[in-house]
Amino acid sequence: MTDTFPSTTLAASRTEPVLHLAEVSRVHGQGAAQVHALRTVDLRVYPGEFVAVMGPSGSGKSTLLTLAGGLDSPTDGKVLVEGQSLGDLSRKRLAQVRRRSIGYVFQDYNLIPALTAAENIMLPRELDGISSRAARQEALAALEEVNIGELADRFPDDMSGGQQQRVAIARALIGDRRLVLADEPTGALDSTTGEAVLAVLRTRCDAGAAAVMVTHEARHAAWADRVVFLRDGRLVDETGRQDASTLLLTAATNSLNGPVTE
Amino acid sequence: MSIRHGLLALLDQGPRYGYQLRVEFEARTGATWPLNVGQVYTTLGRLERDGLVVPDSEDEEGHLFYAVTDKGRAELRSWFDTPVPRTSPPRDELAIKLAMAVTVPGVDVHAVVQAQRRHSIKALQDYTRLKARALAGESTSSEGDDRSDLAWLLVLDQLIFQTEAEVRWLDHCETRLAQYSERQADLPAPSAASDAPKARRRTRA
Ligand SMILES: Nc1ncnc2c1ncn2[C@@H]1O[C@H](COP(=O)(O)OP(=O)(O)OP(=O)(O)O)[C@@H](O)[C@H]1O
Ligand SMILES: [Mg+2]
Repeated sequence: MTDTFPSTTLAASRTEPVLHLAEVSRVHGQGAAQVHALRTVDLRVYPGEFVAVMGPSGSGKSTLLTLAGGLDSPTDGKVLVEGQSLGDLSRKRLAQVRRRSIGYVFQDYNLIPALTAAENIMLPRELDGISSRAARQEALAALEEVNIGELADRFPDDMSGGQQQRVAIARALIGDRRLVLADEPTGALDSTTGEAVLAVLRTRCDAGAAAVMVTHEARHAAWADRVVFLRDGRLVDETGRQDASTLLLTAATNSLNGPVTE
Repeated sequence: MSIRHGLLALLDQGPRYGYQLRVEFEARTGATWPLNVGQVYTTLGRLERDGLVVPDSEDEEGHLFYAVTDKGRAELRSWFDTPVPRTSPPRDELAIKLAMAVTVPGVDVHAVVQAQRRHSIKALQDYTRLKARALAGESTSSEGDDRSDLAWLLVLDQLIFQTEAEVRWLDHCETRLAQYSERQADLPAPSAASDAPKARRRTRA
């Protein structure tokens, strides 16, 4: 029996993490009104790795993701993407890293209403100097990957929530980004569509990208190699990737209660 | 879980012998509920006694084929037409454990919840890997296997949804516990706090 998820454990332990949150803290506000959204969180995500972040509302999941994506800066600690500390980069360079290396799926999609689905997806590529023709080709392929190829020329307002969400995902996947960050990317999707999107993320990671996904749903988190748990801004637990090679069928069988009865 | 009806359903598609029934049963359920050949023959014996199947023919290798009777077919229809009973909920060890954990002093309920959550999510990861593989196989499999691949996927989905429900319940328990602790912390005087549990116990009993 072969595992469909490649075992990258050994390779990963030797290579550099795509994302490294190094003892990162984020405090909002001042004095009595201070909120410790993240407290000295250390997290490394390696090439090929898919990490899910779970935790109660307000535990700091979105904060972690915005820091990882360079949309916010830590009050303490460093965020490194492909070895570069985001805090050390010029504005221009940071924008470039965000465009080229990081795909970000926002919880509320963040599509530009005046642009069609395809144009929304093409935008970061065109900003990077790719020709419109080539960018459109990529956009169409990305839309095809999330099963809405036929909606390329629709505007966001003329799409359902789940369709917009898939456009947002396609936008994050385009252009071979090494790091995909997704905040509840399956929130608006029915169970089979959600599964299809997770399978796409899974495939990206199997091809060498790294992904961090925030989710409330254990069923979705289960597509990840590793699930980390946040509580009150701290990483409190995780299911490790070293567990990934457990003999699957045995595990599946053992966890059923009791023997078969007639 | 009804082996009886499972075997009837297979025999409804034509006569089969014992070992064949076992293989086909497991193909449809991905060996989630492994059967041994002994169980198959015992069940066939009972089905025959009840007039639901009859020994049909024997091949050159000595395999005894069984066929479903009209009565057996009627029994199978009525199985499909009747919902699976949900009478008394099965005794659930986890529910009992948590019920005990919140009442026994000195138990770290959060640790109990988190340990279980970890374990259940690991099981979910295992099921999901099997599913990813089944989904990948779905697109490449030969036509004849399609239906049993589909059956196996549905069984996996059921395991996944059931485990997810458990994790959601654990999340819910934690939120409820947190609310409860907050309310306890808000109670005015320390003496009132130590009286409160007794009073509650009396009213509950
Ligand atoms: N700009 C801000 N100013 C003040 N407090 C903030 C700000 N952003 C987030 N917080 C606080 O930081 C904590 C973590 O918020 P965060 O959005 O990361 O939670 P979350 O885990 O994503 O929750 P949810 O599951 O509800 O999305 C919360 O207590 C929140 O109120
Ligand atoms: Mg959030």
